[in-house]
Amino acid sequence: MDAIILQILNGLDKGSAYALIALGLTLIFGTLGVVNFAHGALFMIGAFCAVTLNKILTLGYITIDETQKDFLGNPLKVENTYVETWFGPELGAAIIDWSVPLAILFAIPVMVAIGFIMERGLIKHFYNRPHADQILVTFGLAIVLQEIIKYFYGANPIPTGAPEVFRGSLDFGVLLGFDPNVIIYPYWRLVYFLFAAAIIGAVFAFLQFTTFGMVVRAGMADRETVGLLGINIDRRFTIMFGIAAAVAGLAGVMYAPINSPNYHMGMDFLVLSFVVVVVGGMGSLPGAVLAGFLLGILESFASMNEVKSLLPGIDQIIIYLVAIIILLTRPRGLMGRKGVMEE
Amino acid sequence: MSKSNFTRRGLLKTGAVGSAGIALPTIFTAGSASAFTNAPTGGSVTLGFNVPQTGPYADEGADELRAYELAVEHLNGGGDGGMLSTFSSKVLDGTGILGKKVEFVTGDTQTKSDAARASAKSMIEKDGAVMITGGSSSGVAVAVQGLCQEAGVIFMAGLTHSNDTTGKDKKANGFRHFFNAYMSGAALAPVLRSLYGDDRRAYHLTADYTWGWTQQESIQAATEALGWETVENVLTPLAATDFSSYIAPVLNSGADVLVLNHYGGNMVNSLTNAVQFGLREKQVNGKNFEIVVPLYSELMAKGAGANIKGIVGSQNWDWKLENQMGSRYTGTNAFVKSFGEKYGFPPSQAAQTCYAQALLYADAVTRAGSFDPCAVVEALEGFEFDGLGNGPTLYRADDHQCFKDVLVVRGAENPSNEFDLVEIVEVTPAEQVTYAPDHPMFAGGDLGSCNPGA
Amino acid sequence: MLGLDKRDATLLIIVTLLTMFAPFILNPFPEGSAMAQFNAGYPDLMQRFVIFGIFAVGFNILFGLTGYLSFGHAAFLGVGSYSAVWMFKLLSMNVVPAIILAVIVSGLFALVIGYVSLRRSGIYFSILTLAFAQMSFALAYSVLTPITNGETGLQVYNDDPQYLMGPDSPTVTNLFGLEMRSTYTLDMGPWSFDFNAGYYMCALFMLAAVYLSIRIFRSPFGLMLKAVKSNQQRMNFTGLNTRPYTLAAFVISGMYAGLAGGLMASMDPLAGAERMQWTASGEVVLMTILGGAGTLIGPILGAGFIKYFENIFSKINDSVLHQWFAFMPDGLEDFMVFIIHPFIGKGWHLTLGILFMLVVIFLPGGLVEGGQRIAAWLRSKTPGAKDETTKSTEPAE
Repeated sequence: MDAIILQILNGLDKGSAYALIALGLTLIFGTLGVVNFAHGALFMIGAFCAVTLNKILTLGYITIDETQKDFLGNPLKVENTYVETWFGPELGAAIIDWSVPLAILFAIPVMVAIGFIMERGLIKHFYNRPHADQILVTFGLAIVLQEIIKYFYGANPIPTGAPEVFRGSLDFGVLLGFDPNVIIYPYWRLVYFLFAAAIIGAVFAFLQFTTFGMVVRAGMADRETVGLLGINIDRRFTIMFGIAAAVAGLAGVMYAPINSPNYHMGMDFLVLSFVVVVVGGMGSLPGAVLAGFLLGILESFASMNEVKSLLPGIDQIIIYLVAIIILLTRPRGLMGRKGVMEE
Repeated sequence: MSKSNFTRRGLLKTGAVGSAGIALPTIFTAGSASAFTNAPTGGSVTLGFNVPQTGPYADEGADELRAYELAVEHLNGGGDGGMLSTFSSKVLDGTGILGKKVEFVTGDTQTKSDAARASAKSMIEKDGAVMITGGSSSGVAVAVQGLCQEAGVIFMAGLTHSNDTTGKDKKANGFRHFFNAYMSGAALAPVLRSLYGDDRRAYHLTADYTWGWTQQESIQAATEALGWETVENVLTPLAATDFSSYIAPVLNSGADVLVLNHYGGNMVNSLTNAVQFGLREKQVNGKNFEIVVPLYSELMAKGAGANIKGIVGSQNWDWKLENQMGSRYTGTNAFVKSFGEKYGFPPSQAAQTCYAQALLYADAVTRAGSFDPCAVVEALEGFEFDGLGNGPTLYRADDHQCFKDVLVVRGAENPSNEFDLVEIVEVTPAEQVTYAPDHPMFAGGDLGSCNPGA
Repeated sequence: MLGLDKRDATLLIIVTLLTMFAPFILNPFPEGSAMAQFNAGYPDLMQRFVIFGIFAVGFNILFGLTGYLSFGHAAFLGVGSYSAVWMFKLLSMNVVPAIILAVIVSGLFALVIGYVSLRRSGIYFSILTLAFAQMSFALAYSVLTPITNGETGLQVYNDDPQYLMGPDSPTVTNLFGLEMRSTYTLDMGPWSFDFNAGYYMCALFMLAAVYLSIRIFRSPFGLMLKAVKSNQQRMNFTGLNTRPYTLAAFVISGMYAGLAGGLMASMDPLAGAERMQWTASGEVVLMTILGGAGTLIGPILGAGFIKYFENIFSKINDSVLHQWFAFMPDGLEDFMVFIIHPFIGKGWHLTLGILFMLVVIFLPGGLVEGGQRIAAWLRSKTPGAKDETTKSTEPAE
């Protein structure tokens, strides 16, 4: 029982990342009809927003400490961060410690700007082009973004820690009446799950309860008619692209402490998030979220020793296997709409 | 435009220049007149440096390339000579190899067997490389080693840790300076006993491919010989990025040691996840829970950040070796000095092994008096040397594996600077990590005989 | 000629000339010159050009004709390679049984996967094929290691049975004794050209593959497939079951991939699991779109383009750059090296990504459209040739 609860937690956590990326992808699919292969790269750039902010906060000037030696036997160069000099060591250290949550504020404008530039500068010209061309151009863009990050940050993962207070783990089992130390779960992963839930809720509320959202939903259902009504759909779709980019970016920012960001983390998620979107059903936002969590949980269950000893290697293929089964039993995924990307 | 003699064929044409239409039947493009593939005939010799330049190991590949460039500089008499001055064999005098200037070509393995072979082939077929070296994974090393055997050039392996490289897949034209999984196990076991006692219960997470399996097998055998028990060995997919679902069950399994048989990005992530789950603060069976990472590298330590503190593992070499363990490891400081002054940071173990391999090849050619692969093989087989940073070393004839001391290291608790992430716990002498050539973990291979190609 | 109309026959002749004289065409720069870095006429790369050409031509039969975008085509290439290497391990190093088995096995594999995947269309089909291929890759890398030799890749060992191997049979891959790696080097002045047996065998296979592909494009079967692409629903309403046609196209295209895989193993007897990874499937998609999907020659151009960058640009390093710009004053030389440095060597991905974007933005029809535009521009320069319009090199639909 305790093992199952643990894996459900793990699944929710993995599912959070899948669901957030898939949500953004579906927004772009649904509103603009564009296959965005650069979406994984947006997630990666989000994570590097956290890295960059951390780098900025720890910028410093160099003083030479004659008492210590560096590896070549020369006097040691000591870095003094500006933040700690300006705000005093204690507050300065606290600001640096909280760089990942602070990066959310930093990432939102950056990601929205990247989204706008991408949509206006590139994607806009591909609305009426075949999906194959969209794939080629966004894939090219993904490679370029990735290589730019690699040029500046290298290929090695860059450790980016969560704030000190979130570093331990919570004895989750005790809350449910288990013995202590049976179900423990890292604080930051719980934070990630709650954060994802909040973002997903916010996106849905936005689409459900605002006029803007209503127009966008109408546009998703029937773009032409809404356009005929004299509503400027294009401008709203640009904003939607910005929002989708921000969602992917925020997923990335908060993911940075879970696994050290590296330049190809976007590609690692790209294929999976496409599977998630399609399993959820094209054009369905609830479908994408549902599929994200479902696949996350199944993946976690498949990695349990009991399951693996029964079916060796099942954890390697579970996501794809489930995708095949779902697509064969439900022609348009879990909640897909008819006629979206079926040609 | 400058003139360059980058390709061998520019030099090979001696008999054929001007006589258009003469067709020479050749194999692997070597002139039939020469006795072996890509025999250098002009004033220079071309070496092929095949390292990962894209993909997750690109930074490690970049460090290997730096080391090779440094080695070429030293071989051609530039710089401060690095380890040439400490190397026990004194035939290299900074005039290139056998009086020929050393040139090099570079390629990208992408850490994929296919791409690595394509890159190595182009070096052999197009650029006339007479030796291929480098690489950052065992799959690539085995693939390229096989290619070099067929083509008739020497392969000096870069970073490859699987037992198979000099075991099941060993080849007469291939040589490995780096240590292997068996040695990691043999070196770690006694240290683990003295640190953590002899009744521990180990839980293994193992990357689900050949290297992971050989390392897991080696560590399990070595620790069980001490009296440790192996609770479970769980294979994790190569593509996994989040290891939480593999880490979560560890705590309730009754194990008190977690062994992570992962490398590179996998290792960084699995270790980060394990620390997140608070494993290091837990007490199991009345003992502190411990994590062991059998194969370690500076770049991985950097990637894992604070999580690496106190984690024990093994390494082939470390830049602090001579300072801390004495002059047995002479050469280390000379190398660190020339590398550090050129690039501004100390070299990684991958850089050291690649630099040493380049020097060892040049030395073997010089001693043999020929670039003929068979002569080089003969010169390297059973070669005993010193002064390349690892202490006295033997290139064993039976399997072309180097036998030398192995370092047991630990993540530094309070690194004094950004390069000081790893501290040396102990150095296990070569005798303790030596095994018989027919050891079951290395069985099934056939060295074959050297192939000069052509 | 050969049942082709004039336009297609011209195309086939052009392709034949290009492949037969490739050793000359790809080595335009004299040995030892600074530009020799850009020569691509060495056996391994020439082999790769035509093998991936076959792969992409086959992919185009499915994608270009029916519009079904398979994202798992590399699985068939991988399966073909594995079957071929197993033939080397079990029988002998003769390539004939290896290639035959590769085509058959990948055809069967395509039949199974196609039968299941073609129950869906559009992106649902793409994801199904992707899922099958990723499963094949993951299993080949780990659980199926006894059959695939996992990470290391399947290769031939000295102690393999090789039942048909005589005492003096060649120990390298051969066609009834003709070793695939044997190469004639022709030296003409400062130039040097390689004629490799393996390359010419692959080239003949590619010509046959292109010929077959032209015949398929022009056949009633091909017309049927195009009809599926333009409107499947209408086809279904007419009471016609389209699935046998699309399945046939899928299997043919899988067999092309298997042929490519078998040839790859025949040139270099090693089969690795990475050949089946989604990046490899994505690569053939990119090759086809980049060259011009639905055109006959586009996929070959796309394959050549990508393989050229992978193999030539990744090998340019800073010291090569310094040689190129050695004629400049020192400061300028360093500046040029600094500017170009991010795009070569370890930055070859960046160059490729930028070119993908440029091609798709400015040449919506792929490289073939580029060729057409140049041809049209040339024609407009030569008065009198105007009325010949689109007859010459354009293989486009």
